[in-house]
Amino acid sequence: MKKATIQLDTLTCPSCMQKIDHAVKSLDGVDKDSVKVLFNSSKVKLNFDDAKTPVEEIEKAITSLGYEVKKSTVKEI
Amino acid sequence: MQRFIFSKKNQITLISGILIVIAFISKFTFSQPVIFNAALIIASILGVAPIALQAYQALKVKVVSIDVLVTIAVIGAFLIQNYEESAIVTFLFLFGAYLEQRTLNQTRSAIKELTEMAPESALKQMENGEFKEVDVEEVDEGDILLVKTGAKVPVDGTVISGEGYINEASITGESVPVNKTVASKVFAGTILENGTIQIVADRVGEDTTFGKIIELVEEAQDSKSEAERFIDKFSKYYTPAVLVLSAIVWFITRDIELAITILVLGCPGALVIGVPVSNVAGIGNGARNGVLLKGSEVIQDFSKVDTVIFDKTGTLTIGNPEVADIEFYSDNKNEVLAYLASVEKESDHPLARAVVDYIGETTYFTVENTDVIKGGGIIANVAGHRIAVGNVALMERENVPLSEKVRSDIARFEQKGNSIVLTAVDGELKVLMGIRDQIRPGVKADLQKLKRLGVKNLVVLSGDNQGTVDLVASELGLTEAHGHMLPEDKSAYIADLQEKGQIVAFVGDGVNDSPSLALANIGIAMGSGTDVAIETSDVVLMNSDFSRLPHAVGLTKATAHNMYQNMIIAVGVVLVLLASVFLSDWMNMSIGMLVHEASILAVILNGMRLLRYKLR
Repeated sequence: MKKATIQLDTLTCPSCMQKIDHAVKSLDGVDKDSVKVLFNSSKVKLNFDDAKTPVEEIEKAITSLGYEVKKSTVKEI
Repeated sequence: MQRFIFSKKNQITLISGILIVIAFISKFTFSQPVIFNAALIIASILGVAPIALQAYQALKVKVVSIDVLVTIAVIGAFLIQNYEESAIVTFLFLFGAYLEQRTLNQTRSAIKELTEMAPESALKQMENGEFKEVDVEEVDEGDILLVKTGAKVPVDGTVISGEGYINEASITGESVPVNKTVASKVFAGTILENGTIQIVADRVGEDTTFGKIIELVEEAQDSKSEAERFIDKFSKYYTPAVLVLSAIVWFITRDIELAITILVLGCPGALVIGVPVSNVAGIGNGARNGVLLKGSEVIQDFSKVDTVIFDKTGTLTIGNPEVADIEFYSDNKNEVLAYLASVEKESDHPLARAVVDYIGETTYFTVENTDVIKGGGIIANVAGHRIAVGNVALMERENVPLSEKVRSDIARFEQKGNSIVLTAVDGELKVLMGIRDQIRPGVKADLQKLKRLGVKNLVVLSGDNQGTVDLVASELGLTEAHGHMLPEDKSAYIADLQEKGQIVAFVGDGVNDSPSLALANIGIAMGSGTDVAIETSDVVLMNSDFSRLPHAVGLTKATAHNMYQNMIIAVGVVLVLLASVFLSDWMNMSIGMLVHEASILAVILNGMRLLRYKLR
């Protein structure tokens, strides 16, 4: 498992959080309980299995919702 | 296409605003209904595009968002050919979102300032021995880094060469630079004010103390209290409920106009944003003022605190004994103090250290034939004189005469909670010193502020004897004082109060009081940004600054009030709007949207007041 912290462009509507939350959780290999969308700091934190879903896939799921990914860091846990 | 539309949202808003203006000018000045309608139709289509896209994405993940309501309403208005409404509603919605973003950035600014203090690059020693600038994320534990004057320390580490002065304000809140030499620990985010040092990285990224502080604050501002979780759940069902309501209204009245007006009026905009805005502004104010609040649950609890319990040593008092009172019975003070310092310098007894610290710079003599008397003091020969330093029992043993005046001075000193140190030179008493743990300066005033803020009970619990604790309590005006308390007695005391329904805060040093910190509704650590303090407590006072405590209490009260105000604004606006749809005839979609956007801005601006909160 790896831990990703994805920095997004500023989030402004709380319903954006729900969308991102649903979208990320629906991906294969993502630990659903670990997904945290931080509204005020505009970050997504999650644990995932990068053999099943590489971080690029997760980023793509978010950008396809219309939110820009600024930077993401992945760490072994 | 989608990305393009989102990235041009501001321009779309601007164009649709201009089109609306053109439409109305052409209608009223030139009576041109064709241009009027054409301009509004273009404005509606342009404006609804980004909203409809967002709505579509929300529906894809099974969320009925505000965008869905607005999109349906706008399409409805469009179908009944009310282009005026469809254009104005989309414009207001987009413009409102733009203002929302601008003002939200303001409320988030305090925390952003903090995160922007994080170091970004480092000078890392490469394999060829040279230093090269790299991104801070490329630094691993064990790497050797060079820090030059004026640069930020990139990671937590240990100095291996060089020397310098570091401003550690970002970690401790203390802006007086600290001297660092080989083997000193340095912290990420602190600034090397002068000198050049090489360090070896011990902890990097989020594991550094600064990284932990940022993570804590970031998670705190997004943590949710019971009330917020309720609102979240509420809005999850609320928005679909509005949709259903409007469908029912349409089904019964067959009045599309009314049905879509309900859709717009029912938007829960201010409700979902009101509470998080107060929260983020309150936590931001705290972060700026040396108070780290761990989330909105803590804010809620702290704002209602009944009893604040203090540990004594290190919390109410400084934690190291000092000479507090002194009386000379001789004129050659300097000579006596020099003898005394020479003798005490040999000892590592806490009282002896307090004496040496108090005397400071002096001439030291050679000390001979030192004799430590257990439970009494020290006897030694200095420059041909016999010096006795110790308590009353030692003086009596040495046959030093103690006059009436001396005895009454001793009694007076003891009453103040002092430990007594007497010094005799050649069998004659010269100095009386009273040593005690000093109360932190300003604590008394801070405690009075707490009382004024509505804290009912101020209690001190300590392992010290009851007499000393009583003295501290009466000097500071505390309501209760209990001595001889072991850590488990303290937690039992807290549990007892909680059973009586009180909300209890515990202020301790974070190391030996961790059970009490954990048990209390609000655990407050007086840590200098240490890991233990950050992890075990709910509130961290940076740099152990006691004076932050009243600010913390006042701030949480103000934040909690702010949240309630915002909830009232939000709920009130929705109720008034829905009522006026049925009871008045002036209400329409555009006015509804205008009032909605205004209420959203009202709650954000109200939240922003917290950024400037100061305790009077």
